[in-house]
Amino acid sequence: MDAITVRGIRKSFGGTEVLRGIDLDVSAGTVFALLGPNGAGKTTLLGILSTLVAADAGTATVAGHDVAHEPEQVKRRISVTGQAAAVDQVLTGRENLRMMGRLSGLGRADAARRADELLDRFGLVEAAGKRVGTYSGGMRRRLDLAISLILAPPVVFLDEPTTGLDTRSRQALWDEIRALTANGTTVLLTTQYLEEADQLADRIAVIEHGVVVAEGTADELKARVGGEVLTVSDAAGAVLAELPTDGTVAGLRRALAGLGNADAASVSLRSPSLDDVFLAVTGSPATREPELALTKD
Amino acid sequence: MTTLTAPGHAAAPAPAAPPRAASVFATFVGRSMLHTLRTPDALVMAIALPTMLMVLFTQVFGGAIAPGGGYVDYVVPGIILLCAGYGAASVAVDVATDMTTGVIDRFRTMPMRAETVITGHVVASLVRNLVATAIVIGVALLLGFRPSAGPIEWIGMGALVALYILAITWVFAAIGLAASNPEAANGYGFFLMFLPYVSSAFVPVDTMPEWLRWIAENQPLTPIIETIRGLLLGTYIGTSGWWALGWCAAFLAVGAVLTRVLFRAKAGRR
Ligand SMILES: Nc1ncnc2c1ncn2[C@@H]1O[C@H](COP(=O)(O)OP(=O)(O)OP(=O)(O)O)[C@@H](O)[C@H]1O
Ligand SMILES: [Mg+2]
Repeated sequence: MDAITVRGIRKSFGGTEVLRGIDLDVSAGTVFALLGPNGAGKTTLLGILSTLVAADAGTATVAGHDVAHEPEQVKRRISVTGQAAAVDQVLTGRENLRMMGRLSGLGRADAARRADELLDRFGLVEAAGKRVGTYSGGMRRRLDLAISLILAPPVVFLDEPTTGLDTRSRQALWDEIRALTANGTTVLLTTQYLEEADQLADRIAVIEHGVVVAEGTADELKARVGGEVLTVSDAAGAVLAELPTDGTVAGLRRALAGLGNADAASVSLRSPSLDDVFLAVTGSPATREPELALTKD
Repeated sequence: MTTLTAPGHAAAPAPAAPPRAASVFATFVGRSMLHTLRTPDALVMAIALPTMLMVLFTQVFGGAIAPGGGYVDYVVPGIILLCAGYGAASVAVDVATDMTTGVIDRFRTMPMRAETVITGHVVASLVRNLVATAIVIGVALLLGFRPSAGPIEWIGMGALVALYILAITWVFAAIGLAASNPEAANGYGFFLMFLPYVSSAFVPVDTMPEWLRWIAENQPLTPIIETIRGLLLGTYIGTSGWWALGWCAAFLAVGAVLTRVLFRAKAGRR
């Protein structure tokens, strides 16, 4: 069953079309990662799916309910961590969690207990009684994420959840996300860390300029880029060139032939990474930002 | 209902039961009260400024305005309204601050009426300003204010002041929503601060030039001040009482409706 379906979603801001017909399906109990360059429209799409923003055209359902017509039903089935911190700076970490617990429908005692559990799981026990305004960026982010896990809703939206987190916190969050999906929760996240998408996501979509330019599992996307990547480095180990090949001997010959006079360089072959996918499918000159095109005149 | 799920995965968790409206209300009021206690500057300003004005008017100008004394009795009702205005103005900043942070987006994606966050600020403002008003009246009594009011008149005055605070707080909440940032909210709020000066708060309107007098006689604060003065000191109220109630109801309606419309219109924008 699909936990999220998106059909032909369009959205413009002041004459600029930010989403230009998005179609997506996300199966229940899976992690789906949205990738895309800055300004691609990822946050806007999450805004539409979480009922914050109204789409201009198209339909979307979350946990079986239409986001435009049944927003209250959708809200009962989601939690959201936005790109900007959504915490109360004046309150302490514990007060934030308790307040959000109460607002999520927990009783006073349950909200207090849940707050303490999450403070512990997100390494915020020591800071629990301090005002959030005094937290470091990463601590604030952790609190923000903890808040959206107060309940385990059917669908969780995370907009760049691990930005600003240290390695340990990032690993811990990945574990939390895996535990969520094991319990049947669907997670839709955006990220700029391709390794994160590789590790975590069951499926990945790459968005650019408001359209999906690639979609599939990490392996499918890598296969699209080609066979192996030929890496050429000099004697000191500095990478001179990275050449995608189609994985055949003929393809490798062609790549080597293009190198010219580099007999002293060393070569190695590696499998394509998601970075290669990202660079291959995004940044096409035809769809460059208008401002960039203008400066060339 | 049978649902198909991916193999190896549990069925989707059950949807959350939405919180009761009363507990959402209580939670947001509690939040705003904590904000007040943690940022006491607003409270201090709401009490200190009117108190200083009262000392200024009664002790410094009082002798010149009313050489025979007794000015304190005249000026206290105006100071009470001034006090309520100062205290309520901070709501515009509170609301604008909330609207520019990500926390409002979170509230809007939860299964409850997100507008209650504004109601929380309004109720906290009401409590804050009633406390401030009580303190200001206490100071007035120390300075020689001698009202003739009995218990009924005190209760009536308290109710009218509470209604006025509520009404003006809603207007400031709407200003906070209309402003693009907290600093702008603060600036717009300053406008309303001038209203008490062009009224019967500090000097009787018949001492003013013709054109100003017309404004002062017909502006909303004058009947409210005259009603409070009448209740506390037994001066003639006449139709002022009805005008006072009418103006408060009008402010309340405009503020509440505008707040609602602006809050909806600002969804997804910060
Ligand atoms: N409320 C708004 N008003 C006007 N333009 C907006 C608004 N929200 C987003 N945009 C524009 O829409 C485009 C897409 O923005 P969005 O935040 O969805 O991108 P994103 O993919 O999340 O980028 P990033 O990786 O930087 O977070 C941007 O050009 C942005 O300027
Ligand atoms: Mg974004």
